[in-house]
Amino acid sequence: MDLNALYQEIILDHYKNPLHAGLREPYGAEVRHVNPTCGDEVTLRVQLAESADGPVVHDVSYDAVGCSISQASASVMADLLIGKPVAEAMSVHEDFLALMQGKGQVVPDEERLEDGVAFAGVAKFPARVKCALLAWMAWKDATAQVTTPLTEEEVR
Amino acid sequence: MTDLLDVERIRKDFPILTRRLADDHPLVYLDSANTSQKPQQVLDVLDTHYRLHNANVARAVHQLGVESTEAFEAARDTVASFIGAPSRDEVIFTKNSSEALNLVANTLAWATGPLAVGAGDEVVITEMEHHSNIVPWQLLTERKGATLRWFGLTDEGRLDLTDIDSLVNERTKVVSLVWVSNMLGTVNPVADIVRRAHEVGAIVVVDASQAVPQLPVDVAALGADVVAFTGHKMVGPTGIGVLWGRRELLEQLPPFLGGGEMIETVAMARSTYAEIPHKFEAGTPPIAQAIGLGAAVDYLQSVGMEAIAAHEHEITAYALDRLTEVGGITVLGPTEAVDRGGAISFELDGVHPHDVSQVLDSRGVAVRAGHHCAKPAHARFGVQSSTRASFYLYTTPPEVDALIDGLHYVKKYFRVG
Ligand SMILES: Cc1ncc(COP(=O)(O)O)c(C=O)c1O
Repeated sequence: MDLNALYQEIILDHYKNPLHAGLREPYGAEVRHVNPTCGDEVTLRVQLAESADGPVVHDVSYDAVGCSISQASASVMADLLIGKPVAEAMSVHEDFLALMQGKGQVVPDEERLEDGVAFAGVAKFPARVKCALLAWMAWKDATAQVTTPLTEEEVR
Repeated sequence: MTDLLDVERIRKDFPILTRRLADDHPLVYLDSANTSQKPQQVLDVLDTHYRLHNANVARAVHQLGVESTEAFEAARDTVASFIGAPSRDEVIFTKNSSEALNLVANTLAWATGPLAVGAGDEVVITEMEHHSNIVPWQLLTERKGATLRWFGLTDEGRLDLTDIDSLVNERTKVVSLVWVSNMLGTVNPVADIVRRAHEVGAIVVVDASQAVPQLPVDVAALGADVVAFTGHKMVGPTGIGVLWGRRELLEQLPPFLGGGEMIETVAMARSTYAEIPHKFEAGTPPIAQAIGLGAAVDYLQSVGMEAIAAHEHEITAYALDRLTEVGGITVLGPTEAVDRGGAISFELDGVHPHDVSQVLDSRGVAVRAGHHCAKPAHARFGVQSSTRASFYLYTTPPEVDALIDGLHYVKKYFRVG
């Protein structure tokens, strides 16, 4: 079993020195996601900004408790998505999801995923895929909450 | 270790223990509190049942039906005598401990008369319960407007009994507690709690999921009203659990699930119910699994529960001792093998339990990482998860050594300490 395929140096670096960690103001939405099997948790905030080309991911801040894979994944994701137009960030999200669900058969695009390619090995450890996806799912959820107009009921 | 068990001979009964895992590492199975492995004797009984005797129980006159029914009911006799049940009819087969505990909590929610739980009544549990002995009581108290209260824990991981007399009071209807904690390993003083609960007329439910596998059990001597346990943790198959309850109590409780076999007679307007145990066994029961559990009990008895308990104690003491050598380990729960079962949960400074178990797994060492279905107990100790090693009658000191070597390797791998 190739442990080093799972624990890439980049992952361990992000784990020890996470980027963009901590919860910041202002934010458009905050979500809390947990992995019920192991109890890993992330609280994540998203702040979008308007630009000429539509909404942009202005900030992603988070507070995560969990294993090296889930912590590093939050760090890599925040670094990758901050500053990107929301539409592009969503498509990067899809790429990362496909990589994680690809059972080790998907070849990642380093141009798009940058440090995210280090997670390619995680796809071969089915029990850890959920760890790698925790923050990404939280981000998608939070972003959807900011971009979806409130329902009438919520406005009331 | 001076051992009462011939562990090498016992290991030969468990085919899976010869398995090789990735990179040809021998399996070091330290997750028996999660589920135990099964001896050939149990596998053979399951196989023989399906090959030669398979039929539904209690509803066929043909020879196979008779054989199957006899084997199923014989398993009930075996379990009853194993736990010292005053009557075989008090042994109800369920699918696991969780179902047994839910059966009690649900039928109490439906009970009328003296057993009824309502507004102003209290149910007392403890902070070290498995989720299976928390959630059913939350559901009961929420549904009935009753109050859920609990014993807290000491820093050592024992029940804090200082406020027992106010916690268990005349409003208390039920006290439900774990006998041996699956996370902290603590063996609780059930008899003391039974005494107080019975003083105030409360019924006592004991979650014996980790106790029955490793301790000699006599439910009559224990004094509790209900005891739940699960077959797969005591070298039996999955899909079978046991609810033992005092006859008078079981007779007063309303039925749980309705269906075939639990009735006396059915008319379109209403039905009357069978006597215990069948009143609580609606539908085709887990027949092969019950028979397999009977075989598991025979196996444990042939080894001897006193000897199993002594082995569990010795191997736990050995592991607790060796864990102190690793450095950076904090054991959650009693650090000495006194009133302590064979599950050791711990933290390793600087490495998350998920990562600990992943690296151990790469060396063939199987442990559990996470909250072990005891989130409140983890929260009590300010941690979100832990790594747990747990032992059983087939665990050897060299397997504990493999764990210790593995933990040194984990530290090296993650460059801590
Ligand atoms: C103390 C305790 N209670 C209850 C259970 C639930 O057992 P089961 O999952 O077989 O219902 C377990 C095991 O997971 C346990 O260790």
